[in-house]
Amino acid sequence: MSPTTPAPSKIRLSLTVNGERAETLTDGYKTLLEVLREDLQLTGTKHGCELGECGACAVLLDGEPVLSCLVLGVECDGREVTTIEGMASGGQLHPLQDAFADHGAAQCGYCTPGILITAKALLDKEPHPTRERIAEALSGNLCRCTGYLQIFEAVESAAESVRRPGLSGPASGRPKGLPYDGPAFGRPEGLPYDGKVQS
Amino acid sequence: MTPRPSSVIGRPRRRVDGRAKVTGQTRYADDIVLPRMLHCRLLRSTEPHARIVRVDTAKAAAFPGVHLVLTGEAFPIPYGILPVSHDEHALCPDKVRFVGDPVAAVVAQDEATAAAAVDLIHVEYEPLRTYASPEESLAFPEPRIHDYGDEGNIHKIVALQFGDVDAALASADHVFDDVFFFEGNTHLPIEQHACVATKDPEGKLVVYSSTQTPHYLHRALAKALAMPAAHIRVIATPNGGGFGGKSDPFNHEVAVAKAALILDRPVKICLTREEVFYCHRGRHPVLMRIRTGVTNDGKLTGMDLRTLLDGGAYGSYGVASTFYTGALQTVTYQIPRYRFRGCRVFTNKPPCGPKRGHGTPQGRFGQEVQLDKIAEKLKIDPADLRLNIVAPPNSLTANFLRVGTIGLAECIQKVVARSDWKNKFRKLPYGRGVGLACSSYLTGAGLPINWNDLPQSGVQLKLDRSGGVTAFSGATEIGQGSDDVLAAIVAEILGIDTFDIRVVTGDTDLTPVDLGSYSSRVTLMMGNAAMQAAERAREFLAEAVSKKLTIPKDRLVFADRRVFDGEQPSTGVTFQEAICLAEAMFGTLGTTGSYTAPKTAAKFKGGGVGPSPTYSYTAAVVEVEVDPETGWIIVPRVWVAHDIGRALNPTLVRGQVEGGVYMGLGEALMEEQAFRRLPAKLSRALVHKFPSMLEYKSPTSLDMPEIFTDLVEHPDPAGPFGAKEVGQGPLLPMMPAVANAVYDAVGVRVDEIPVTPEKILKALTAKAAGKPARYGPASFPDIKWPEALMVTPPWEGGDGRASNEPPRKKRKAEAGIEANAGVRS
Repeated sequence: MSPTTPAPSKIRLSLTVNGERAETLTDGYKTLLEVLREDLQLTGTKHGCELGECGACAVLLDGEPVLSCLVLGVECDGREVTTIEGMASGGQLHPLQDAFADHGAAQCGYCTPGILITAKALLDKEPHPTRERIAEALSGNLCRCTGYLQIFEAVESAAESVRRPGLSGPASGRPKGLPYDGPAFGRPEGLPYDGKVQS
Repeated sequence: MTPRPSSVIGRPRRRVDGRAKVTGQTRYADDIVLPRMLHCRLLRSTEPHARIVRVDTAKAAAFPGVHLVLTGEAFPIPYGILPVSHDEHALCPDKVRFVGDPVAAVVAQDEATAAAAVDLIHVEYEPLRTYASPEESLAFPEPRIHDYGDEGNIHKIVALQFGDVDAALASADHVFDDVFFFEGNTHLPIEQHACVATKDPEGKLVVYSSTQTPHYLHRALAKALAMPAAHIRVIATPNGGGFGGKSDPFNHEVAVAKAALILDRPVKICLTREEVFYCHRGRHPVLMRIRTGVTNDGKLTGMDLRTLLDGGAYGSYGVASTFYTGALQTVTYQIPRYRFRGCRVFTNKPPCGPKRGHGTPQGRFGQEVQLDKIAEKLKIDPADLRLNIVAPPNSLTANFLRVGTIGLAECIQKVVARSDWKNKFRKLPYGRGVGLACSSYLTGAGLPINWNDLPQSGVQLKLDRSGGVTAFSGATEIGQGSDDVLAAIVAEILGIDTFDIRVVTGDTDLTPVDLGSYSSRVTLMMGNAAMQAAERAREFLAEAVSKKLTIPKDRLVFADRRVFDGEQPSTGVTFQEAICLAEAMFGTLGTTGSYTAPKTAAKFKGGGVGPSPTYSYTAAVVEVEVDPETGWIIVPRVWVAHDIGRALNPTLVRGQVEGGVYMGLGEALMEEQAFRRLPAKLSRALVHKFPSMLEYKSPTSLDMPEIFTDLVEHPDPAGPFGAKEVGQGPLLPMMPAVANAVYDAVGVRVDEIPVTPEKILKALTAKAAGKPARYGPASFPDIKWPEALMVTPPWEGGDGRASNEPPRKKRKAEAGIEANAGVRS
């Protein structure tokens, strides 16, 4: 914005975010990322560069992964956006989210929303991706913590549990089928103590 | 208490903050939005070295939507991370020292307005000579970049000698003399630094920041703002990656704190990616020369190391970084005599500081590549050469570092076996090769930055009748999993689940001091404090339950959320009942735990850098494929073994190992924090070559090799449940292992990091022309070193003191937060 030009008037924007209708008055220069984070308070979507280089801000726009820092908010009028806040449903985490938590695929967690969204887009189209396809699909998302391998494993594990619900094996030994996405307990409850003592 | 099998420790588990991270609910600093919040942008210098003649802020201050414009006048008091280099101001008062040095701050209704107003500020500079390289800084002592430091533009110059090294080299069968260069690189956390400051309703300052070291930020704010520390609350938000890059108190943090105090409104700043590159504090570029004496059977007789560090424009952690380039050479291999001389110079570039491995990867690179050359010359397998000289356990090194447990030999044997080393080394077809290297790292710096006798980490526990346990610690979650370590240790001791515990960390109002997430200190130091606090809590509960059940305390078992008779498990109470019994018996329940590292054996000046309660060890084999036509290099496979002592949560440990391998490969192959001069018509200013994530190359998911990780677990008595560090060590062997593998693949030495295709090709071309098959620095400059402090090694009768050290000022007893004693420098 040049200092001499008067501030342009706000633009009414109406879109569907995570299945809910959202309306906001926004500035024409704002990116979808800024509309989500600043106007709609959906801060789950992250930013690392705001130049389309890191992938942290990935969201689904009409089901396709896009970098929300490279899309203007006003381009999204009337369209459907899915963010990390929309991945869980009915009180249950998406299998990708469970797998990421169990496999150590999220360390600092900052690139995680963008990677989860990108991985979801992949699994939505290709339920049986190879390791190579996963690496390719995620190659625009930088992660500085994990070295990517636990992310690949989490995506593979989630793909397995999408195909065969309840059968994949999270690393934690978390009890299956709990109507509850919360704490994964290190050890199933009610396990009788065997009384053995060891030093 | 009756011992029992671990139910938490050692099991792969979901971390306690896992759910928050996969749902996008972790609240990083830039996610904080407060009512009436304003936004700040900084004006940064376009000159690399200049006096500030005048700053005209009139137009910016008058711009609609602007609430405040600050300049250096508002910040008369300097601060810095080390007490010996308080050389920074939030905004430069009189002089700028690098392109990017902050000169003014604008606070406005929104970021766009602040950015527009920043452009209206006019700064008149009087340019000074620019120092682009250490050689220039050594050649021209005037003008000085800083008016302190050892001499001219030398920030710090040190010399230490442990025994008669010259005699040791003279008596050797061979003396190897090599020069290496390690280019600087940066942390590149995906989260840009952000900070929100506000006044709380009582008028006290609250600062939320993406900092790894809330305690040091707390101290810096108290000093720079001349406020009582007790009126400042620093909350370290979970860091979106740290790697050392968020360990200094930063200009923007001090600036928005001041602005919030003046305006009595919340003020936020989030740096742009370009600003993050210019804040830096990353890996020092280091030129080094290593002379090593070796016997015919591959024993080392002595080592003589010189390092030259390009420090950039400020002190930062630089004094410590300088010592670290020469500190840990001795903890891996037996080096009977050792001399280290290090020199850090100021240049007009972003300040260097601590990045994962802090000062040690550079020297480690040279040492491990030279060992490869030694093995080649002596016709000994590089793995066997190393196995023959591994440092003994429970010993002192020549420079008085105390080695505890050491699993290095086992690490070497594991990677050799698993990689099929014996059938690959010097046996793969031309263009393919394997390289081996080892390393060690601190499990926490033994001495605090501000010398005092206070605990280095504290943990408090609150237990109440709800059955809940809250654990408070000043430690900072930077992605490494410190919150989970805290919960795991408390859960294990109290026999509950990690998710039964509420973890409160990194908040100077609520949590006891922990010095911060740096030097791989948190698991050991916070972990030991947590153990003590949890054991004290268990004691209260045991006392009460023992009385209730009329069985002796030592028969009680804490497991499965119960406290029960180990001989008759059906007799017992629930964990919640146990708390109620204890609360009734003792009153409100709370316990504390503290940790202070053991005293160091090194008593000489400079001996404060390097000591640690214990050291981790790593060995790695890297396989490379090199195209001899183009020099193009790929890494298909890495085998790594890490001596962790004990893995508290193997899922997280593996993540740290693989993350270290990843970051090490980035440094080895592509990452460069490099600078160029703008053309003369544009000012010749020194600017970053590529301050963007696109052009600063880092490995992507497509660049990752297969990684085969082994953990060596022999519990170390110094660590909680035997644990040692894993956050930094596994990065270190990657760079030398890659260089050694390139030699195995195509027979050329690249004695410089990063090992790029261009350098490989140049070395191949030199080889084809009959010149030395090498790419790397030719020589090490002549530096006027001070007389070395002479310390006799332990085996020659030394007591850890220098024989020729002038008497030092007696250390002032430090009790409060204001007192500073200084790093031992």
